[in-house]
Amino acid sequence: MTAELWEAIFKGIWITVQLTVYSAALGAVVAFAVGTARTSRHWILRFLSGFYVAVFRGTSALVFMFWLFFVVPLAFGWQFVPMWAATLALGLTYGAYGAEIVRGGIAAVAPAQREAGIALSFTPWQRMRRIILPQAVPEMLPPFNNLLIELLKGTALVSLLGIPDISFEAQLARLATGQSTTIYLAILGMYFVLAFLLTRVMRLLERRAKAGIGQAPPKSGGILGKLRIEETERSTKAGLAGGAQ
Amino acid sequence: MSTDSTGPTGSPGSTPAASTPGRSTPGSGNGAELIRFDKVTKRFGSNTVLDDLDFTVAPGKHVTLIGPSGSGKTTILRLLMTLVKPDEGTIRVDGEYLTHEEKGGRLVPAGEKHTREIRKKIGMVFQQFNLFPNMKVLQNITEAPVHVLGLGRDEAEERARELVELVGLTECLDRYPTQLSGGQQQRVAIARALAMRPQVLLLDEVTSALDPELVAGVLDLLRDIAHTTDITMLCVTHEMGFARDISDDVLMFDAGRVIESGPPEKIFSEPENERTREFLSAVL
Ligand SMILES: Nc1ncnc2c1ncn2[C@@H]1O[C@H](COP(=O)(O)OP(=O)(O)OP(=O)(O)O)[C@@H](O)[C@H]1O
Ligand SMILES: [Mg+2]
Repeated sequence: MTAELWEAIFKGIWITVQLTVYSAALGAVVAFAVGTARTSRHWILRFLSGFYVAVFRGTSALVFMFWLFFVVPLAFGWQFVPMWAATLALGLTYGAYGAEIVRGGIAAVAPAQREAGIALSFTPWQRMRRIILPQAVPEMLPPFNNLLIELLKGTALVSLLGIPDISFEAQLARLATGQSTTIYLAILGMYFVLAFLLTRVMRLLERRAKAGIGQAPPKSGGILGKLRIEETERSTKAGLAGGAQ
Repeated sequence: MSTDSTGPTGSPGSTPAASTPGRSTPGSGNGAELIRFDKVTKRFGSNTVLDDLDFTVAPGKHVTLIGPSGSGKTTILRLLMTLVKPDEGTIRVDGEYLTHEEKGGRLVPAGEKHTREIRKKIGMVFQQFNLFPNMKVLQNITEAPVHVLGLGRDEAEERARELVELVGLTECLDRYPTQLSGGQQQRVAIARALAMRPQVLLLDEVTSALDPELVAGVLDLLRDIAHTTDITMLCVTHEMGFARDISDDVLMFDAGRVIESGPPEKIFSEPENERTREFLSAVL
């Protein structure tokens, strides 16, 4: 393995990270739009969003990506930048899975919360935005974390479009050197580290979100986590002491 | 079956400041009635819960609904709060149809927007409090005044502080609902409903989810509100002492109909209907 090959692999990491972030951003937008539409009181929105989920869950991200990249130019005489074709395919596909998480999270909020919202004359949209979603989102974060890791690994598909992500560079390096064991062990480690970092970020978000709805954050390791727990415990105790007067 | 809980018969002595006769009724309504049920029928599947029900409530009156479990008391409050829709008949609040609109001389089911406007006149306190767990106490109270009534944040907060003082929870403004006792949560829920300045307050067994030692405090608060404001109250309760104290009228329900009604001292002391007697001897 030469220094150049390692450098190419590290550049590949950056491509993989970019793809993951862009597709996740698009996927999150799709997930919330489609997921909330699935609970709408308008049948047409429910129908369209249900259709979307059925289509994108039932077909393959890879084939969709090929469509965007190879068929769209033939049909429209216009070529996607490979990164954008990949982001679109991954974002729209994983967004469909995300929509199911959003729908489930919304359904898990107690119906009494909706009724309390009606009793205060909030509009349906205000109920969703101010009451339901803030309670549903903390519950959605653990399954979103799983999906995000699936997405990270799913980005490897783009190597088939010739986008130089980690997997693509690994393949090149293997062809150049024949050191399959070393290279794939290194790649495995890289995906693992990326997934681990994603999980840490999601945990942090989850803890924040739970604290924001008055739930004690789940106990877990990490200096940051410990600091946070002590902080909230202290403020809770102070509050209770104040109330006992 | 028609039961009129309005009218000049009013309530004699035992309810001191309850009736404030000079109260003017806002809105376009007939001054004599704030709530009117006309031949309301509600079914759940084959179960007819309310059967051709008529009744009216005059502005400022406190009406208590009593009756055996499953007789439809909660359903009446939920109809008024538009959490369920009537199958037949109409409900009017302050002279306006709640779930219907007049279009071209005909009554048609109302859109969400119309219903929402009328609904602003009604507030509800639930058995299980139903506070918003994602908001601190202050925000629970200010959220609807700000986003539904369009009040400025300062004004809404001032209103909230006054109410929190009324319900005796000044020190809890900065806590989440999960950090409060049941009794405290219910007081916040009462403050939250009052912050919308509703004309009608619906109370559905608001103390039955509370530990026994917390019940008296919440009932005292409601007595206080009943006696010092001119808000109309419709309450379902199993606390007969409380019902006696605050009610102008008591409606006894059985099987979806009002079988007896009148001022509390009459209903509780000398009920005429056999079923009422049985029910009262079981609960008193
Ligand atoms: N959403 C619903 N679906 C089906 N049946 C319902 C529903 N809500 C109420 N019912 C039925 O309607 C009837 C009246 O219920 P309601 O809750 O109004 O009684 P209630 O007088 O408040 O009784 P309780 O004193 O036990 O609270 C009951 O038979 C109940 O089973
Ligand atoms: Mg009930």
